Amino acid sequence: MFKAFQDLIYASGFVQLTAGQLVMWLIAFVLMYLAIKKEYEPLLLLPIAFGVMVVNLPITHLMEPNEGLIWRFYHYGVEWEVIPPLIFLGLGALTDFGPVIANPKTLLLGGGAQGGVFVAYFVALLLGFNLDEAASIAIIGGADGPTTIYLASKLSPQLLGPVAVAAYSYMALVPIVQPPIMKLLTTEAERKIVMRKQRPVSKLEKIVFPVVTAIVIMLLVPASAALMAMFMLGNLFKESGVVGRLTNTAQNELMNIVTILLGISVGATMTAEVFLQPTIITIFILGLIAFIVATATGIMLAKFMNLFLKEKINPLIGAAGVSAVPMAARVAHKVGLEANRQNYLLMHAMGPNVAGVIGTLVAASILLTFLK
Amino acid sequence: MADLIAPMSGKVQKVLVAVGDKVEVDDEVIILEAMKMESPIFAPESGTVKEIKVNAGDNVAEEQVLIVIE
Repeated sequence: MFKAFQDLIYASGFVQLTAGQLVMWLIAFVLMYLAIKKEYEPLLLLPIAFGVMVVNLPITHLMEPNEGLIWRFYHYGVEWEVIPPLIFLGLGALTDFGPVIANPKTLLLGGGAQGGVFVAYFVALLLGFNLDEAASIAIIGGADGPTTIYLASKLSPQLLGPVAVAAYSYMALVPIVQPPIMKLLTTEAERKIVMRKQRPVSKLEKIVFPVVTAIVIMLLVPASAALMAMFMLGNLFKESGVVGRLTNTAQNELMNIVTILLGISVGATMTAEVFLQPTIITIFILGLIAFIVATATGIMLAKFMNLFLKEKINPLIGAAGVSAVPMAARVAHKVGLEANRQNYLLMHAMGPNVAGVIGTLVAASILLTFLK
Repeated sequence: MADLIAPMSGKVQKVLVAVGDKVEVDDEVIILEAMKMESPIFAPESGTVKEIKVNAGDNVAEEQVLIVIE
């Protein structure tokens, strides 16, 4: 009787539980708290947090290759590069490129904010990360979750969990991180610049945009193909107006399904052995630097462009070049209203914002081209 | 006389003034939801609210007249 009881105890997870795993539970609980109570990117953070918790329960083998359930999600979804492109399909179906088409200059601003990625890349190299790891960390500065996951899973899967959590955390913190930098780098007069109404964009332009963009960017940077093709296909669905069912599925059901699989897979990569290393703190700090520099370079590029433009742009919209859509655009709008209550920047800021998504995607693809 | 026009398309969340109210320039008069964000819309000049052309819950297009101020 006693023997049977003892066997039961030894077969349970209790005896194999490590201190590191308990720390990971704590991290999982904090993430759950942030997702549920603070609503920080809950759609992703909640499944990630649960993934962190269950993978740190001993001898469950959830991430055991060829055996564990979550390993299968991870392997066929993330390692096979299926899920991030499907997320981009949904994003494409949700994105309105009208503000970029109306004001193509904003494409440059979407590129300018990628400065943060390249600065963080070199800082990470200086700190001793290898080329692949540095790229995976630096891309956090683009503030684009699926691109970050895509790049990290290809270059340094061991960092996937931490960089994904850092990226989504900073995206949630956009309204806190960005405004001080925006105010520091602009004058009151610049923040007051009123931008003229955008011209209306025709349906034909909106249909041509994803087709032409797909061709041009995939020719320029072939490594962007998987994400770019899906992104622009989703957008073509939306703008064509004739495949409402496909647009809806891409935006909603499909996106939700893959988000669940992605979240729990990313969370489950964070075992105690992988996550609890001193470098983790460095990754979070580097991610923050990337993010701050991205905001700054976006603003500075807008100010630089103003030197040559007759019709000035409000440099605040440069900060929206970090691709957290639409949070970064909302922040530009709010900071603009604080300076001038007759200045509604939201739609102007959407230009660099959606251009930033393309920018981050291209930046990731360039890194991929050089490193693979 | 000035028309308050919608600076972007969205949904009227709240109308904060009534016909006959006096408003100052930069007073908050309408809350508009656009891109899932509530944004205050401010009076373009001082005067009296003459007509309110929208109700809470209405979807409005960019440039649509929301309130007439005299």
